[in-house]
Amino acid sequence: MFRARPDARPATVEVLVEGVPVMVPQGASAAAAVLLAGLPAIRETPVTGSPRLPLCMMGVCFDCLAEIDGVPNRQACMVPVAPGMRIARQHGARVARP
Amino acid sequence: MTHDLAIIGAGPAGMAAAVEARAHGLSVLVVDENAAPGGQVFRAAEAAAGDPAVAPELAPGLQLIAAFRASGADHRAATTLWHLDPDDGLLSLSDANGVAEARARRILLATGALERPVPIPGWTLPGVMTAGAAQILLKSAGAVPAGATVLAGQGPLVWLLAVQLARAGAPPLVLETRSTAISVALPRGGLWAGRRLLAKGLALMAEARRRGVRVVRGVRGLRAEGGSRVERIVWYGGSAPCDTLLLHEGVIPQTHVSRAIGLDHAWDAAQACWRPVLDGFGASSHDRIAIAGDGAGIGGWEAAVASGRLAGLDAARRLDALDRAGFAARAAAPLAARHAALALRPFLDALYAPPASVLAPPDDVIACRCEEVTAGAIRAAARLGATGPNQMKAYLRCGMGPCQGRMCAPTVAALIAEARGVPPEAVAPLRPRAPYKPLTVGLLAGSAESGQQPAQ
Ligand code: FES
Repeated sequence: MFRARPDARPATVEVLVEGVPVMVPQGASAAAAVLLAGLPAIRETPVTGSPRLPLCMMGVCFDCLAEIDGVPNRQACMVPVAPGMRIARQHGARVARP
Repeated sequence: MTHDLAIIGAGPAGMAAAVEARAHGLSVLVVDENAAPGGQVFRAAEAAAGDPAVAPELAPGLQLIAAFRASGADHRAATTLWHLDPDDGLLSLSDANGVAEARARRILLATGALERPVPIPGWTLPGVMTAGAAQILLKSAGAVPAGATVLAGQGPLVWLLAVQLARAGAPPLVLETRSTAISVALPRGGLWAGRRLLAKGLALMAEARRRGVRVVRGVRGLRAEGGSRVERIVWYGGSAPCDTLLLHEGVIPQTHVSRAIGLDHAWDAAQACWRPVLDGFGASSHDRIAIAGDGAGIGGWEAAVASGRLAGLDAARRLDALDRAGFAARAAAPLAARHAALALRPFLDALYAPPASVLAPPDDVIACRCEEVTAGAIRAAARLGATGPNQMKAYLRCGMGPCQGRMCAPTVAALIAEARGVPPEAVAPLRPRAPYKPLTVGLLAGSAESGQQPAQ
């Protein structure tokens, strides 16, 4: 769980985390929005279904895989927020869709 | 068009190389995954310059970022290199809109460092992160951990982050894992030549004390405990409530691309990692490829700037934009700067050497986070005959999950070396494969349809 410091970095961008509006600063990543929203997990692992949250925030660990604007398996820590962005948890392995 | 120089990474080394190469008239392409230049050390420096928690450490980067932005280099932000053909100088890139290709006469990898994995029991629990991750959240979003925060590990970043979090109103409990006595590191020397950096470090430690950061020293046997997330941190002789656990055992070169394209690497015993084999100006074992910055071996940002400048000058010399005398005249200052910046490094490497339990964790600890493979399973496979991380993929799938071995490869190699009773350099490192980052079929197909692929 993380908290913003609006005095240092005003939250100006509204995104939807699991459908709930969250205000985050410009320049934050989708993974940061998930942490600021206080989600208990961003994904569940394909192997054992255990919950994960971002580990590295710099594109190395891939523990931040999430569904962003309907596209699964996005590396949420590498995606900067944009107004209205929809960020959702990812459950297990993604299903290939036609 | 073919660029004279393509640079991968817009951190201190990449930016400095771009500025230097542009000053000698080269056309320069800079590919960087982040939205703004700065790398990790100066991450979001422009946006965060007004935040008193991080401003003092970001200030030195602002001038370099401004020079880079004014240099005329073609800066492709939020762009990923997913394949590199060194023989043809061909780069395959992707961004939010699709894929593209670029060509360059010379290519500089300035991909920086990543944090050494810290596999302890419970490190996959939500709420456990790297120290660097918390610093990125602070720089890029002004965010700090809420609740009880524990920063466990060792190295300069531990002190820097403790101070920055304290300035931001969220002082952590520091559990320092350093196990090397200062007296053991002292013979490495460099304290006088490196006195400016040493003074900076000591000032940070003093500021941490002044701001009331609590420190427990000599911590061993770390274990994160909790149900659906971390709730408690336990160590030999102590424990504390914990809502966010930040781990750090130093950084290692990011060699994903340099290993994928088959450059020569050598084991660096002092830093316990592989580093590419380079000449004094960053030229690698492939005649088109150079490497600068922490991706060439950990030296910190000041050494990275100097080595970036040297690589930029070397590119200008090789492409006949700079003659021998001009090169010698321009190279003197960055050579001296790099020498000074590296003076303290042997002392730091010795002082903050990672403990054996971090390099090769106990059997019950998950080593490969993607495929959820324990250290015990890896040891068992090594005894069955897996001779290296490349073979281990077939046994246990480690290195085949989404991170492609970025996180587990050093641990897997160390476990194999231990189980087989051979030195770490006897275990060949993982050979990553393209695409270096996952790519959707849709992106590739879209590029084929719209005819973006250049003619052969
Ligand atoms: S948090 Fe590690 S890759 Fe995104």
